[in-house]
Amino acid sequence: MAEQSKAVGVGIEGVFYSLTHVPDLVRYGSKPSRELRANATLEPQLKNQLRSFSAATAYAPHQVYIGNITPAELSNFPKPWYEKLIEGATSNGRFGDLVDQDRLYSLLVEADQFNLVTLEEKWFQEHAAKHANGKPPRLRLLAEITALFEKGALGLYSGERLVGAFEPGHAEDASLTAEVLLENLAAKVTAAHSLGSLLNALGLSPREIDFVISCSEEAVGDRYNRGGGNLAKAIAEQVGCKNASGSDVKAFCAGPLYAMIHGASLIQSGVCNRVAVVAGGSLAKLGMKFESHLKKGMPILEDVLGSFAVILSEAKTGEPCIRLDSAAFHPVRAGTSPQAMAESLAEKALAKLGMKLSDVDRYAVELHNPEITVPSGSGDVPRTNYLTLAALAVMRGQIKKDQMEDFVRTRGMLGYAPTQGHIPSAIVYLGHALDALRNNEIKNALFISKGSLFLGRMTQLSDGCSFLVEKSEK
Amino acid sequence: MLNGKKVIAIGERDGVPGPVIAECLEGAGLEVVFQATECFV
Repeated sequence: MAEQSKAVGVGIEGVFYSLTHVPDLVRYGSKPSRELRANATLEPQLKNQLRSFSAATAYAPHQVYIGNITPAELSNFPKPWYEKLIEGATSNGRFGDLVDQDRLYSLLVEADQFNLVTLEEKWFQEHAAKHANGKPPRLRLLAEITALFEKGALGLYSGERLVGAFEPGHAEDASLTAEVLLENLAAKVTAAHSLGSLLNALGLSPREIDFVISCSEEAVGDRYNRGGGNLAKAIAEQVGCKNASGSDVKAFCAGPLYAMIHGASLIQSGVCNRVAVVAGGSLAKLGMKFESHLKKGMPILEDVLGSFAVILSEAKTGEPCIRLDSAAFHPVRAGTSPQAMAESLAEKALAKLGMKLSDVDRYAVELHNPEITVPSGSGDVPRTNYLTLAALAVMRGQIKKDQMEDFVRTRGMLGYAPTQGHIPSAIVYLGHALDALRNNEIKNALFISKGSLFLGRMTQLSDGCSFLVEKSEK
Repeated sequence: MLNGKKVIAIGERDGVPGPVIAECLEGAGLEVVFQATECFV
């Protein structure tokens, strides 16, 4: 990679984030489904600690996620956030929204092209019909839903009530079980919701999108090609992007920033004019730390599917852009320690632009909500990352040791993202970064994401990538 | 005291990775029978 480069900016037109509140799907998260099978007494405890949609909406970190509160303002809100709910909070934000479970079920049935989803007729008319705006849903009487459930379909619940069934796509293919297909379809519809909402917000037609890149955390495929991919094209179709094709970018939690770099490169090279980068929610990560939350008497905070969409196009003077020439990757030769990651993804990225660590106004790192991670012993992930960057700045003589806390406070932020893997990995801050740049509150932000490649048991390596966002001077 | 002891080393992505722990332990004379890095988020 070239050590010196000329300024190359690709425009960021906008971003939209969505949280889909799915308390009755938490049981199908990877961890809960395993633990509930092993210990059935956990199920009533889990159900007892699930939140209502209004509680999820009034949860301060979620209000930051959808843009109604800034990350800086979050530090003024009393903790625990799950108890100190915000009065009058709304589910529509400056650049995002919260969607309830009834609407998700409606989206699932509309997006289903293979007769996988069946909803109970009476429940649908009472609760979900108001959301329907697509093809007629598959509706059946409760007795038929129950029969499907008893034959092995996955139950879709609303509280204690069985309201639908999700059937497998194949009798024997482990890649097409009902559990896997629900995960995949949930990723598709939540990503499509974010992209459709962003197009509406920007006043763009879906037909103006040339290419869609999905960095969702799923493995769409069949037994001969697990993870075969291209959920992106299914999302493009769902949103009505008739002129677009698509493809996926996978890199564990680092996927979104790689996808942004790929998308920006397609525009910079002239291959595409307008690219959407999207991700749907990760059903597998629902309730990942539910046992710790139960032990502490907390609500189950991992009850939302996180999704987002970004639209990239040619840079416009004075508007936010991704500095493609700042893009940095974590090379194979680099070590996997946090310091080596910070050197590769922060120091070297900035050095390419002639900048130092102390020249960055805001760092977006892994912004996991500490209220979710600390009770399980996973620590405050953003703070750990910020301290590593601050320590590196001390080692390089850019700040003094007693300025580390100030570095963390002024250039960092509290974590506010649900533990959805790809969602907290820096990309979650882009909406606030665009606002802060346009309002001249900051002049730049460095986005850093990391991917835990070692989890797949193919390498011991970690991974990551980064880029700078600033106003275009083009 | 540690020489020849068998050990399993589990590292953490945002802390000390498994291979780093293993290298330190092997340097101290232990036999690392398995090492991995985990991600707890």
